[in-house]
Amino acid sequence: MVALENTDTVGQSAGMTIDVQTVSHSFELHGAPLPVLDGVELRVEPGELVALLGPSGCGKSTLLRLVAGLEPPSRGRILADGRPITGPDPSRVVVFQDPTLYPWRTVRDNVALGLEARGLLRSQGHRIDKALALVGLAGFEKAYPHQLSGGMSQRAALARALVNDPRLLILDEPLGKLDSLTRLAMQSELVDLWRNTGFTGLLVTHDIEEALFMATRVIVFSGRPARIKADLSVDRPYPRHRGDPVLTELRHRILELLGLAETW
Amino acid sequence: MSLNDTAAALPAANGGTLPIGGLLPSSLPLRFSAAALLWFAASGVTALWPDAADAQEWERTGEFASLLVVAAGLLVLTALLAAAIHPAPRSRLESAIAGLSASVPWLIALALGVTGWEILTAKLNLLPRPFFVPPQALLEVYLDDWPRLLDCFAASLTLLATGYTVGSVLGVVTGVAIGWSRAVGYWVHPVLRLIGPLPATAWLPIAFFAFPTSWSASVFLIALASGVPVTVLTWSGVAGVNSAYYDIARTLGASPRFLVLKVAVPAAMPHVFVGLFMGLGASFAVLVVAEMLGVKSGVGWYLQWAQGWAAYGNMYAALLVMALVCSGLVTLLFRVRDRLLAWQKGMLKW
Ligand SMILES: Nc1ncnc2c1ncn2[C@@H]1O[C@H](COP(=O)(O)OP(=O)(O)O)[C@@H](O)[C@H]1O
Ligand SMILES: [Mg+2]
Repeated sequence: MVALENTDTVGQSAGMTIDVQTVSHSFELHGAPLPVLDGVELRVEPGELVALLGPSGCGKSTLLRLVAGLEPPSRGRILADGRPITGPDPSRVVVFQDPTLYPWRTVRDNVALGLEARGLLRSQGHRIDKALALVGLAGFEKAYPHQLSGGMSQRAALARALVNDPRLLILDEPLGKLDSLTRLAMQSELVDLWRNTGFTGLLVTHDIEEALFMATRVIVFSGRPARIKADLSVDRPYPRHRGDPVLTELRHRILELLGLAETW
Repeated sequence: MSLNDTAAALPAANGGTLPIGGLLPSSLPLRFSAAALLWFAASGVTALWPDAADAQEWERTGEFASLLVVAAGLLVLTALLAAAIHPAPRSRLESAIAGLSASVPWLIALALGVTGWEILTAKLNLLPRPFFVPPQALLEVYLDDWPRLLDCFAASLTLLATGYTVGSVLGVVTGVAIGWSRAVGYWVHPVLRLIGPLPATAWLPIAFFAFPTSWSASVFLIALASGVPVTVLTWSGVAGVNSAYYDIARTLGASPRFLVLKVAVPAAMPHVFVGLFMGLGASFAVLVVAEMLGVKSGVGWYLQWAQGWAAYGNMYAALLVMALVCSGLVTLLFRVRDRLLAWQKGMLKW
């Protein structure tokens, strides 16, 4: 998939700058506050693909929801290209672990969702087919979600995001529920997509290898409330090789940071 | 052929339509012939056996016997066609005939039932009159009283359609509003909890007093009866929508209006249809009661009028049509649902 020969309108976007400024966040749980994020400070430059790693339940998804504008942070602020985020915006699109396609819509109508919601279906409808082709789902336009495999559903969710030309693509464990073979294949596909388009990427994953194979930077969080423990630059050219000794070295460091070094 | 042959052949009867090219049981023409024979017998009993001497002579006996002969004749035709297509169906018509083989037991049972009914009523007069009438009495009603029956059914369907449409539309709107808006939920939920379980017919005396016409009162009652289940089920459907559906739409730039109309409502549709089915059943019940007690027209009124005159033939005739109409309406609703919810898998077939 991917290889964009011409300057296609789908998947060409300038990346966005994200500036998370001392953001803290807490939820209410059984009447008591549950602190989830603690003074998170993070700047993501245009075109970066930043992976977020951390123990389960530490607050990674919460941070992504704040960046998406689905909730306001309890304290601190987040800037998108220098302007504070006040709500969701189609320039910042999320792909969740569950594809959450609408079961009552065909694949094509699911991908059309963003254009339809913004009243652009008539003028921009042609982009749907391009987005579907981009993720390798051409020919499945009329299928309903229950007729798709897990990998195909996640590709459809990806197309639904990409058709909007997001400048920031927020990926919350997008490959977490796929079988390992599909996952490896889609890691490469996602990297190609990102390299060919130029959006900024924020990727939460629980797979250290995946983070190192894909990202330009890896942020390691502490347990809840999440604090940034380390900010590691992965300075290796693409396409990467999973056996790269530099990546192996980084993997060891990350395991140490997560307190799992003895399993090495 | 004898009845024993048929009985032996029955267990092999296969259900459903045979696929084109599928193998046909060789006994199929025989089975259709057996059914035809029984319908001829029913006709013979009706036409040739004189009515009981100690009771009235029934009208339309000849016409009813002719009708039975027609049914028997159609079955003979089917048997001939079935013999011609042996061993395997090659066209749509042939495979449809092959599919009919599953109905042979029913065709036989119906013939036996009609014959027994005929004998017990008209021929031997064994059942108390006027409560039991022979089948030709129903035919008599259809042939002689059809204008009035037609009027009554038209009136009932108009009333039902009006009340049910009002109730369903208001139910969906209210259900969505409660599910969507906290303020609406705060005010409407307690009211719904209080009056929802009350049977709509309990409002009958007040409704007929409070509304300008008994017709508008009946529309209100039917709308209430169908509206309550539709409201509750729509509400529960909207409340149960996966919140991630909203998150997705919001990040893609959806307005609140889009979230309601294009996310909440379609996601709640399977629930809404459950409410629509419950509401339809409830509205049938209220329709008949309202017509009996207030409107003085329609099927409910016809049933009561028939009872008042001890015209039980008219009553059975109306009940039969009513059963067909109600069943037809439920089937129609199923069709609509199947069409709108084709995206669901594992749907119940009616
Ligand atoms: N809406 C919510 N209300 C209350 N607690 C929440 C809510 N969302 C998440 N949490 C809690 O916040 C913590 C972090 O959640 P999350 O960000 O999903 O973690 P993860 O890093 O695994 O993605 C968890 O303990 C979770 O239970
Ligand atoms: Mg998470």
